[in-house]
Amino acid sequence: MNASALAFSPRRVGAMMLRHWYLLRSSWPRLFELIYWPAVQMFMWGFLQLGVARYPGALAATVSTFLAAFLLWDILFRGQIGYSMSFLEEMWSRNMPNLMISPLRATEFVLALVIMSMVRLSIGLVPVTMLAIVFFGFNLWALGIALAAFFANLLFTSWSVGMFCSGLVLRHGLGAESLAWSLMFFFLPLTCVYYPVSTLPEWIQPLAWALPPTAVFEGMRALLIEHVFRADLMLWALALNLVWLAAGATSFLWLLGAAKRSGSLLQIGE
Amino acid sequence: MRTPGRKVRCRTMHAPAIEAKNLTKQYGESLAVNGISFVIETGSITGLLGGNGAGKTTTIGMIMGLVSPTAGRALVFGADMAREPYRVLHRINFESPYVDLPHRLTVRQNLNVFALLYGVADRRDRIERLARELELREFIDRPAGKLSAGQKTRVALAKALVNDPDLLVLDEPTASLDPDTADWIRGHLERYRERKNATILLASHNMGEVERLCDRVLMMKRGSIVDDGSPQQLLTRYGRQNLEEVFLDVARDRREPMPAKEAAK
Repeated sequence: MNASALAFSPRRVGAMMLRHWYLLRSSWPRLFELIYWPAVQMFMWGFLQLGVARYPGALAATVSTFLAAFLLWDILFRGQIGYSMSFLEEMWSRNMPNLMISPLRATEFVLALVIMSMVRLSIGLVPVTMLAIVFFGFNLWALGIALAAFFANLLFTSWSVGMFCSGLVLRHGLGAESLAWSLMFFFLPLTCVYYPVSTLPEWIQPLAWALPPTAVFEGMRALLIEHVFRADLMLWALALNLVWLAAGATSFLWLLGAAKRSGSLLQIGE
Repeated sequence: MRTPGRKVRCRTMHAPAIEAKNLTKQYGESLAVNGISFVIETGSITGLLGGNGAGKTTTIGMIMGLVSPTAGRALVFGADMAREPYRVLHRINFESPYVDLPHRLTVRQNLNVFALLYGVADRRDRIERLARELELREFIDRPAGKLSAGQKTRVALAKALVNDPDLLVLDEPTASLDPDTADWIRGHLERYRERKNATILLASHNMGEVERLCDRVLMMKRGSIVDDGSPQQLLTRYGRQNLEEVFLDVARDRREPMPAKEAAK
């Protein structure tokens, strides 16, 4: 890759964000969809929490951590979907060759998708966290600095997975689209969203600890159950995320190169 | 003092618009483009003709950097499109009926996004000028997905001209258009070439269009260039009245070109 490929222009990043902002602004179903699923799931977990709150002891406390776990899982899932959806919009509209022959660099394209992922996530999750306060008295924002650490680490993971999925779609066409929707669920059991890592069989625990979200969910439980902020877990997640982001970016660039070698950028569709 | 940047600029200013050097593309067992070489000078309109599967689209893909060659090089204004496309991408643009613009965005929004991507100065004026020249005003604030085929083609052409490109690559620019709109588009392309001294590479199945617009025609078959000349030269060489007959001769292996002396008579 030569120097001109690395030249960076905020204007071009802005152009891509503007393109997606125009799209969101013009389509209320897209905006509604951003809020719909997080809201439905939050109400489901919230009512479950209310239901078990009648019972004394550990059960009620456990379910309240479920609500936090769900909201954090949704950050991870929606972050990746937000990234992938913006990318897929270009595939669905058959606009990708127009972008690929423009001066837009791969780094600028990825950065625009990352920012749009945050925009989409904010549109979806901010109102839902407010509803959680109003209906169930659960204030995710009260987690303060810990929430920022959880949020950042989960988003970093979601973007690295989003980059990998986008690369697969570039290389294999829209036939690989379903991976963008389902790949994250592979991590659901392994990252121990709703139970401690110690629940897993011992032989699989090292694999779970190699996934950055595992440390985030363990950190969340430590904060809610033991009232301890585990900075060591956040640093571990951050270190892993740096490796994951590098791997995600490398895989995207490699798959883009593979798409050029296979000619799939000319064959838009399945 | 000479800087590397200045050296690069000199190289790109004096280099031919397009230079293919032994350009080859193989997909698995299939040889899509078989070591073709040609030079296209600045300011010319060149037609790339050939039947389906002749290798036109792959050749165009390699020229624009969308497809990596298996061997050989595609140079645009001196830049190797497989290695350093960003040196010249701001001087190129492309239109094809097989590529679309985001449907929900209005024509103006689409043009604004691409003007930003290409770093066009005075975006508003540029978009207004394109709207006037290509008669887009009537539907410029309508979503791109709700336009007729003719309107879509004019919008796609506006997008392709938004950066005032020195090289315009067109893949069947008038496919599915009525004769009146197609003629209007051809007229616009001729005027653009004259005004800008732009280079146009045109892949088309419309022989009348190629005959009218092109200074030169490259005929492709099974990944190779099988003939090269001006439309008039090809007509003379094959002893035919129009390019469609020449195309059929080449496609069906019906007739070899006449020897040069005989053709000259």
